[in-house]
Amino acid sequence: MSTLVFLEHHGSGIQKPSLGVLGKAAALDPDTSAVIIGSGVAGLAAEAARYGAARVFIADDPRLEAPLPQTRVDVIAGLVNSHGFGNVLFGASVLASDIAGALSARLDAGLNWDLTDLDIEGGALVGKRSALGDTVLVDVGWTAEPRLGLIRAGSFEPAETAGAGAVEQVAVTLEDFSTQAQMVEQAHEEQTGPSIEEADVLVAGGRGVGAPEAFKELEDLAGALGGAVASTRAVVDSGWYPYQTQVGQTGKTVAPKLYIACGISGAIQHKVGMQSSQVIVSINKDPNAAIFDFSDLSVVGDLHEIVPKLTALVAERKG
Amino acid sequence: MKIAVCVKEVPDSGPLRRIDPDTKRIDRSGDKSLNAFDLNAIEEALRLKEAGGGGEVVLVSLGPDRALESLRKGLAMGADRVVLISDAAAVGSDLVATSYALAEAIKRESPDLVLFGQQAGDSDGAVLWAAVADRLRFPVISQVSELEVANGTVSAKRQTEFGYDRIQAPLPAVLAVSDALNEPRYPSLKGIMGAKKKPQDVVSLADIGVSADRAGYAGSRTTVTALNSPPSRGDTQKIEDDGSAAQKILEYLVERKLV
Repeated sequence: MSTLVFLEHHGSGIQKPSLGVLGKAAALDPDTSAVIIGSGVAGLAAEAARYGAARVFIADDPRLEAPLPQTRVDVIAGLVNSHGFGNVLFGASVLASDIAGALSARLDAGLNWDLTDLDIEGGALVGKRSALGDTVLVDVGWTAEPRLGLIRAGSFEPAETAGAGAVEQVAVTLEDFSTQAQMVEQAHEEQTGPSIEEADVLVAGGRGVGAPEAFKELEDLAGALGGAVASTRAVVDSGWYPYQTQVGQTGKTVAPKLYIACGISGAIQHKVGMQSSQVIVSINKDPNAAIFDFSDLSVVGDLHEIVPKLTALVAERKG
Repeated sequence: MKIAVCVKEVPDSGPLRRIDPDTKRIDRSGDKSLNAFDLNAIEEALRLKEAGGGGEVVLVSLGPDRALESLRKGLAMGADRVVLISDAAAVGSDLVATSYALAEAIKRESPDLVLFGQQAGDSDGAVLWAAVADRLRFPVISQVSELEVANGTVSAKRQTEFGYDRIQAPLPAVLAVSDALNEPRYPSLKGIMGAKKKPQDVVSLADIGVSADRAGYAGSRTTVTALNSPPSRGDTQKIEDDGSAAQKILEYLVERKLV
């Protein structure tokens, strides 16, 4: 068996989810390599070695500057074809999901996604994932190599473990269609105000809050509880609340002591960002809202009545 | 402009959804409907067609014959026709097999744009567009929250973990749109009445040049090997607000020393 892990970088560091996957892969398979793809990325090889990579492939080319998937598919497919990796693993992200999906087609290789754990059973790689809104856990496998796996962010904590980290440069050959999509303007990470990742209490609002002005009710409750306000993708895309407050797949992953979800339906993209919260209280008008399936206290009702009352009660109690 | 929208019939969400312990696949015998995330892709295709003053919106799907009933919702919204790949040999297709069959069907349509919704409501899959784009050798942009098409180029805003990117690609291209991109229209009564009369081509794998060994279980590379119960979240409570919910929430939080 041999394993290749895609390491995603942003700015000057490697993303935590992909380092977590690297550590897990190295624990299961000593013959684990990492690949870093970008422009001016040679300096990241040492970090890969610290997290267990026996070999680090570096694809360094100005055409790989923008974090777009298709050029990276060309690089990884080339490595799999020349080195015959049995497993190719990714920490899930927008970029990694697109790469893994396209690689599945390019190599006619099976892809299992949303994996929360990996194991070797009877000499074969097995993935674990939950399905149907986490009502069932399934073991998934592959019938042929290479086996492609996308691992849910946060499944494995990165752990430092020395790998040999022998660096190999990769010659980059790109398909004509892979460079057609062009980055016109790349996102800047905006940081203003305290991070929602550090708050002990989060009061989160979804589209069910109804209007941007109504977030004032949530801010008041968060203020009374000494917490911060979080939001969902639908709210952010609609321009109701800033991107830095977004929890979920393309936003932040949070694990506060208390998460109060107001008017949030509980789509899987949101859930993956907040399911590790210690106590989840949900308020929703819809008694069938998916969020009630993973809430400790589910409240069916109108958040515009309940939230202001709760704010007043908390303030009164705190005196 | 000709736009292909890839859509899927999924089992209705709710407590009745289950995995068949024998086949270890999702039980598709209950009520079904069009994948809700696909409605945003259909809506965007219709808006592009309307704004561009013409063209065609074709729904492309893989599923059993009876999926036509769900797909008609897209026709009722305004899509022009359906191509449904329906074949007993396609049952059990995973990403490898599904992307191959869809790409072969799409090639026959030569669309300018191929749209996907942001995920499948049943499998939580969010990778199919990238696989189809690779097979078509088209550029791909996912997580699109805004898009414009002009002069043979698509310009899209996509959301990633780091904020918003703007990406351009020449047509033909594959795009996966977010559910925040638009508000899907409700089909009008006239639309619903007219849907049945619109062209609905049911094609076999042979019709689109896909050999049986590239479809279904034979053409797939993944399996489900075991089903287990997930760990419980412990004691959970559900209350309906009768005016005292705020008080009950406060008591709950106080008991757990969260206030």
